[in-house]
Amino acid sequence: MDAQHDDTGNAARPVLEAPDIARVLTRIAHEIVERAKGADDVVLLGIPTRGVFLARRLADKLEQITGRKTPVGSLDITMYRDDLRLRPARALARTEIPGEGIEGSLVVLVDDVLFSGRTIRAALDALGDIGRPRAVQLAVLVDRGHRELPIRADYVGKNLPTSLRETVKVQLAEEDGRDAVLLGVKQAAPADPR
Amino acid sequence: MKRHLISAADLTRDDAVLILDTAEEMARVADRPIKKLPTLRGRTVVNLFFEDSTRTRISFEAAAKRLSADVINFSAKGSSVSKGESLKDTALTLEAMGADAVVIRHGASGAPYRLATSGWIDGAVVNAGDGTHEHPTQALLDAFTVRRRLVGPEAGLGRDLEGRRITIVGDILHSRVARSNVHLLTTLGAHVTLVAPPTLVPVGVEQWPCDVSYSLDDVLATSDAVMMLRVQRERMNAAYFPTEREYSRRYGLDGERMAKMPEHAVVMHPGPMVRGMEITAEVADSDRCTVVEQVANGVSIRMAVLYLLLGGADTALSAAPARTEENK
Repeated sequence: MDAQHDDTGNAARPVLEAPDIARVLTRIAHEIVERAKGADDVVLLGIPTRGVFLARRLADKLEQITGRKTPVGSLDITMYRDDLRLRPARALARTEIPGEGIEGSLVVLVDDVLFSGRTIRAALDALGDIGRPRAVQLAVLVDRGHRELPIRADYVGKNLPTSLRETVKVQLAEEDGRDAVLLGVKQAAPADPR
Repeated sequence: MKRHLISAADLTRDDAVLILDTAEEMARVADRPIKKLPTLRGRTVVNLFFEDSTRTRISFEAAAKRLSADVINFSAKGSSVSKGESLKDTALTLEAMGADAVVIRHGASGAPYRLATSGWIDGAVVNAGDGTHEHPTQALLDAFTVRRRLVGPEAGLGRDLEGRRITIVGDILHSRVARSNVHLLTTLGAHVTLVAPPTLVPVGVEQWPCDVSYSLDDVLATSDAVMMLRVQRERMNAAYFPTEREYSRRYGLDGERMAKMPEHAVVMHPGPMVRGMEITAEVADSDRCTVVEQVANGVSIRMAVLYLLLGGADTALSAAPARTEENK
């Protein structure tokens, strides 16, 4: 949600650089294996756009740890948003459920920034229409606080206390050409992220 | 702001590609155990059908229901329209019931345009076929089918139909499908050739952005898709060709003619087919014929159109270009 991809014209300060992000993802992968006792039935579902790239990276790390392939897919939540009526209809992103399905598995949702929690609420609704997992967990790269719903993450890359006047921007090599988490200040006339 | 879908000519290339890409995602919902999305919950879609139609109405109904909209079917037969109610009074009734979108099919060309521009209703108007004018969602699903078959469902995303050659054969004169397809396919970069007996080609066709041929055999070998149209007997009040047998000999598609088409080329038909007239059973049942696929794709396309027109605060389609006299 908060991963704005306008150019970093204003003084946005990097809080995580590429090596930090790599370390954080390695740690989360280990935590998933530990919590899931081997991660046999884990399915990683990324929330487009950047959550999908993070999910794929996590899948690679999990494979290095367990030696097995972890199913990875994407879950588009556009049609389940609660703010659809507030903005023009948006283009849809891809939902790709791995062939094995999610029935009875441990689904780990992956997103870049956890903020209001509304995206995750929508993701849980979307998941319910696709199948019934054994359990659902949430992994995020950055938790910036300001929750508006009773939702928390199971795996957090970095807790980043922010004010509502600040912006958090995640850049990933797949989409933006480099890895970084940037903390900036909202411009006087806030540009719409999308 | 473009709030209605009246004519395929109103769509820009980017609009059309956005609709096709959205339909591609909608198509995936059909593979899920729960084929329903909550997106249009609480919205009301009225199917206002002044002309008989089974597949278009069912297709719109299925599309609206998969998006969780409430659907009201209104057909002229057995309604107050048969008692002499005007389009205006019907529209005001629907407005009073709180219709968010009206899907209209009408025998008179221009009825949807009148409904959209009259100020009688606030909702979005979707043209589901008006007279011999346009049938834009049919053109969209045809373009979608061509893109899926010739480019591929995955590879096609974001792509148009640049350089594809599409031939439309049959009753062009009475066909709203042909007119919408010429506009849309041309916008998407395809090259359209119309094939019909001279009596079934409309006046003014030289201003359409397409070629016209009177011989089907001449164009088959260079076609990537051949779209067969039904001869609309119900609209024929004069003799447009000597006999049905002569028509199907010259303009019907049989196995022999299909063999002349390139290996990858597909045969399309908007339905309903008249087997033995414009298409033989051999062609209709072959796997190069996309008729059944077109029906399934129709639901996806109509879901995409309803979502893009009703899903957000504003429509996602760009502002309408200045309407030209020709498509008014």
